[in-house]
Amino acid sequence: MGEDAENSKLNHSFLRDYVTEADVISTVEFNHTGDLLATGDKGGRVVIFQRETESKGEVEEVGETGESGEYNVYSTFQSHEPDFDYLKSLEIEEKINKIRWLPRQNAAHFLLSTNDKTIKLWKVSERDKRPEGYNLKDEEGRMKDMSTVTSLQVPVLKPTDLMVEVRPRRVFSNGHTYHVNSISVNSDGETYLSADDLRINMWHLGITDRSFNIVDIKPANMEELTEVITAAEFHPHHCHLLVYSSSKGTLRLCDMRASALCDHHAKLFEEPEDPGSRSFFSEIVSSVSDVKFSHSGRYLLTRDYLTAKVWDLHMEKGPVETYQVHEYLRSKLCSLYENDCIFDKFECVWNSSDSVIMTGAYNSFFRMFDRETGRGVTLEAWRETSKPRAVLRTRRVYTGGKRRRGDVGVDSLDFTKKILHMAWHPEENIIAIAATNNLYIFQDRVNTETQGQD
Amino acid sequence: MYSKGTKRKFSGSADTATDDKAMAASYSLQRQSLLDMSLIKLQLCHMLVEPNLCRSVLIANTVRQIQEEMTHDGSWQVVTEAFSSPSHGPSDRLVATEVLCRSPVLEQQGGGPKLYSVMGYNGCREEEVVTDKALCSVAVGDGAPALLLGTIGHCWDRAELRVAEVEAGVSEDSLSGSGDEEETRCREGTKLATGQVFGMFEIKNSPPGSDPALEELFSDVDASYYDLDTMLTGIQSTPKMGPYDLLDSLASSHGPTSNSTCRADLNELDHIMEIIVGS
Repeated sequence: MGEDAENSKLNHSFLRDYVTEADVISTVEFNHTGDLLATGDKGGRVVIFQRETESKGEVEEVGETGESGEYNVYSTFQSHEPDFDYLKSLEIEEKINKIRWLPRQNAAHFLLSTNDKTIKLWKVSERDKRPEGYNLKDEEGRMKDMSTVTSLQVPVLKPTDLMVEVRPRRVFSNGHTYHVNSISVNSDGETYLSADDLRINMWHLGITDRSFNIVDIKPANMEELTEVITAAEFHPHHCHLLVYSSSKGTLRLCDMRASALCDHHAKLFEEPEDPGSRSFFSEIVSSVSDVKFSHSGRYLLTRDYLTAKVWDLHMEKGPVETYQVHEYLRSKLCSLYENDCIFDKFECVWNSSDSVIMTGAYNSFFRMFDRETGRGVTLEAWRETSKPRAVLRTRRVYTGGKRRRGDVGVDSLDFTKKILHMAWHPEENIIAIAATNNLYIFQDRVNTETQGQD
Repeated sequence: MYSKGTKRKFSGSADTATDDKAMAASYSLQRQSLLDMSLIKLQLCHMLVEPNLCRSVLIANTVRQIQEEMTHDGSWQVVTEAFSSPSHGPSDRLVATEVLCRSPVLEQQGGGPKLYSVMGYNGCREEEVVTDKALCSVAVGDGAPALLLGTIGHCWDRAELRVAEVEAGVSEDSLSGSGDEEETRCREGTKLATGQVFGMFEIKNSPPGSDPALEELFSDVDASYYDLDTMLTGIQSTPKMGPYDLLDSLASSHGPTSNSTCRADLNELDHIMEIIVGS
């Protein structure tokens, strides 16, 4: 009996850990109005949150916007299932790598979600009415006994409880040999790109059995492979332009008008290496983990291991701004290499006006940089230190000089608590931060006294 | 931490040389451990899920970078480290092999001909096997590049003699059957035998014409390089010396052999080595 108890204890904890792992959020994305927020997790599930609107005429404080700003669960569905590649004898993870919303065209919402291999188009629609009063069927759908039917009636639509239906509309499979890391919807509203480690394909949203390969950096001999594609995105306004980043820290702007296969870049953005700081880890830390066009389409934001950089599309020789996210880790690169943290891929985002950029770090910290002043601030996404509606305190990592209360030493940083995924509302100052299993939503509360998040 | 560009302070004192040496040794030790770590990371990629290609490429690039650097300037320090610090695991054998193959040439010369580089962990393991082969038997073979024989043959005479003595000391069995033939050859230190060593080595280790370091080694070899005394002393100082262990095991497991069976045994040895080193 004692043995059984021990075994059940072991089994139980294994299950608990397994469940937790599947709940790890792997992507976060607002839709184009910001009313909906989608998250994908390692278990292949997508959870959509909807912003609550101020109905029923509740009066809030002066200065508040019309919407209360709270996001509640709108719909949950299983997007991808674990799969198996029989040819290679390898599992295909169901983890959702990216979600991208399509621009709204009708009452329904559409989003693309992808795992390592397959992209799916989902239709999210609401149903709040249902027809009632059929002649031949009763309310449960069973055929009526004809002898009970005495008169004809016209079915009418009656309001019912809101039902959110999510249905797969397209499945774009067999397009990628390597792991898909990015998807991006084109401004033309008809096409999108999907990028894996070595290739970028362009799809039409209506066609699933074909895709165009627009970038291919696979060498003839795989032993000569030294560089992979890490992220890709379409230009927000110009449907012929796309950018992709590489593991060597370069960005390539491609113009699809130039040729069908965009192996030759229109522009190459690369910062020359500083010979003084060269080490064995130089290349790894220069690898770009995320690239985002600004809303204006004029700038690019990139994230590498230690910095976030803003590039002007008109200047290829180097970034116009460089922000140190966690420079104090530079002396720890060896340990971070050993525990694989050096390969963590942090995302970066712009705010709605392109005046602030944000990216994640370790210890549940994330950083925001004001482009005008160049100043950065560190904030924390951690349940125990922030209560609902509390103002976020700024945090600091102690790197020398006078130590303030609340400063965290570099050696006490928790490297398992990484903020990799995040999103910024397209119009307002509302941010969504994914911290492992948890989703934090922070808002800027503008009122007469304080400036919200400081 | 491994910043290559770090400036060293010029203290101007007599200790500078020692300081520099110590720092260089520490740097190369760190570099070696980084190389080992990287190789292990690459090897552990055989998981259920397809490994992350980006990560693998970055690690492979790091390994390549280290190897390039070791080829260019640091390699001889690795040899030094082999004598001073006992390590464990595959890197131990890696280093040991280099010692045997290359000799303390560079340690003595302080920067003589370049060591052929640690080309990749695969290359190293095979290199090691070849060395063992060289020690345990010298079979007549085909394909020994003629040009090698001339250049280095005479240099190995003394080395061959000593090696033969060692062999004889360790085990009689391995020599008895193969004969008198081999013993004689060893004793005489024939060029053919020597050529065989490098012949096998070259066949095993490098694709044709691809290793400038190796050729460079052969090109300016000198008799004074091969001081076997130093080499053997050095070897004995590191406890986990692969080749000698293998000699022992070979002695016990193999009876009298002819050339062909000896070669078959060597293939088996090859296989055993791969398992031990963990390919």
